Amino acid sequence: MAHIQLKNISKTFGNHTALTGLNLDIGDGEFFVLLGETGAGKTTTLRMIAGLEKPTEGQVFIDGVDVANWGAAERDVALVLQQYSLYPRYTVRQNLEFPLKPKIRRLPDAEIKDRVDRAARTLRIEHLLDRKTDRLSGGEMQRVSIGRAIVRKPRVFLMDEPLSALDAKLREALRTELKNLQMQLGATFLFVTHDQIEAMSMGDKVGVLNHGRIVQTGTPYEIYNNPRDTYVASFVGSPPMNLIDGKLVNGRAVMAPLNFELPFEGRAKTSGATDGRPLVFGIRPEDVYLESGAPVEARVHDVENHGVEKILTLRVGDAMLRATVPARTDVEIEQPVRFAWDPDKVVLFDKGSGINLRHAG
Amino acid sequence: MATAVMTTLDPNSRSAARGMSDLTIRNLFIIPTIVFLIVFNIFPLIYSLGYSFTDFRASSPAAANFVGLQNYRELLNDPFIWSNFAITAKYVIVSVVGQVIVGFGVALLLNRDIPLKGLLTTLLLLPMMLSMAVVGLFWKLLYDPSFGIINYTLGLGSFEWLSNPDMALYAVAITDIWMWSPFVMLLSLAGLSAVPKHLYEAAAIDRAGSFYTFFRITLPLVAPILMIAVIFRTMEAFKTFDLAYILTSQPTTEVISIRLYKMAFQEWQTGRSCALAYIVLIMILAITNIYVKYLNKVKER
Repeated sequence: MAHIQLKNISKTFGNHTALTGLNLDIGDGEFFVLLGETGAGKTTTLRMIAGLEKPTEGQVFIDGVDVANWGAAERDVALVLQQYSLYPRYTVRQNLEFPLKPKIRRLPDAEIKDRVDRAARTLRIEHLLDRKTDRLSGGEMQRVSIGRAIVRKPRVFLMDEPLSALDAKLREALRTELKNLQMQLGATFLFVTHDQIEAMSMGDKVGVLNHGRIVQTGTPYEIYNNPRDTYVASFVGSPPMNLIDGKLVNGRAVMAPLNFELPFEGRAKTSGATDGRPLVFGIRPEDVYLESGAPVEARVHDVENHGVEKILTLRVGDAMLRATVPARTDVEIEQPVRFAWDPDKVVLFDKGSGINLRHAG
Repeated sequence: MATAVMTTLDPNSRSAARGMSDLTIRNLFIIPTIVFLIVFNIFPLIYSLGYSFTDFRASSPAAANFVGLQNYRELLNDPFIWSNFAITAKYVIVSVVGQVIVGFGVALLLNRDIPLKGLLTTLLLLPMMLSMAVVGLFWKLLYDPSFGIINYTLGLGSFEWLSNPDMALYAVAITDIWMWSPFVMLLSLAGLSAVPKHLYEAAAIDRAGSFYTFFRITLPLVAPILMIAVIFRTMEAFKTFDLAYILTSQPTTEVISIRLYKMAFQEWQTGRSCALAYIVLIMILAITNIYVKYLNKVKER
């Protein structure tokens, strides 16, 4: 198991800059999720740790050792890719044996069999062992590919969107399985995904990557409740955080150009939040609530019923606001409602830079 | 059904403007080819099958007599014919194995990022484009014991390549390898570049060495297309005539098609040579069938 550090990594492909000044610290035994949109540089980061790509600048450390000149084999990592990369024409068992069979570090046959069987049991693919890999379903293939990673005892597991090609049910099941597996092995995991639900539910720590830069690193709780900037706020969470332009006037949040006011006083007040400064108010949909005596009137624009809850889109003037309400709330489209927010949960961002005032210090 | 579709005339097409239907156009292109095929391929094939059961000699005015399977019987009992087949088999094995090793080897070397790769590949393909007769003639010069460049570069003195009965067949095979390795190379290159890169990356991550990666990943994935190259080259080598005929006239290089040529056009045993031609045809078909069966098995795996 290992501790991974990336120091000031930059990577360019020709004219295209994939990563700039990236710093990352993944603790031993941590489940670290790298979250970002397609093209943010997640895969590049992962390939650099694996040794498949060399950084243009900066250093990669594994357990404190600079591994710049180490090949993929010496780094002793396991990589699970989105496209499975199973070896064609071999059975599942042969695929699982593959990493154990090279002559240099050939294990005794009994040991190989034992490890393969154990991995197969963990991933529940024992019944598939003698099947050819091209006769497997997507989920089965991905399990085999994870199995090929765990038969070895690598120092780090690197996973590049391993679940994104699977259907929803299976994705959920494998998500739990992977998390359990990581805890069981006590292994260091770096998991790359664009799916914020995966990031929130699996990660001990989440790093949000945007345009080749780490925007924020923290526990899912921190990322969710105290996003560093408006990008993280709008990227993490489904539905995303409501972001409304406005300013503070005498302890009230005055939304302009939307023309409504909400009370805003007390603990949430941050040092930089002076009266009149242009701000962006961020409020999670679940912290917006409907109440008959609430200060602002809106119309229900849309209702999405999710079973456990309903997600309402409220229309104030021509602005839209999302609110999560209990499923039994009875609302109809175009019905006028009144809403308020929980001022303690409001996050303030600077209008110009988009940075969270609490992070700006 | 296709005919039905084709007979309907698209009123806007240019052919319609000229008063020709699509069907007419199609026939205009296809019928000459079919006529050509029938006159020069199918008809002689069937006609010679008929001759193979007679004692016909094209050099004599005597009428052909039906002799049944006598030609076949005699040919298959002729030890000289069998020695011709043995020579042919030896030639096929040496030349095809050589071509696969050289061609696949060069393809492996080319299958990476090297400068001028395109130009290099094109240049390497040139031998394949030459005419057999030309290749035969200038390799004869290259092999020449007194002034040939091969002996000069290898420092072999006046080593006899083509007039040495033990060496001549190999000399022909080497020429064939020189000429046709590019073909194997081209197909291998196509096969190699079709191996997905992420498999190599996965193997590198799995800490597989380069030999292990080659035998466990590269080779099995290139095998089907390599097999196709082998089929083509075996068929061609089996019926080699020009190279061997031009380069040497040793009895040890008398491959089956040279024997066939001599039988037909020097000894004028027309009926018998037709029978021999059929025997060769059946053999090639049989070999090809074995290969194709094997190819399907390789593909399935």
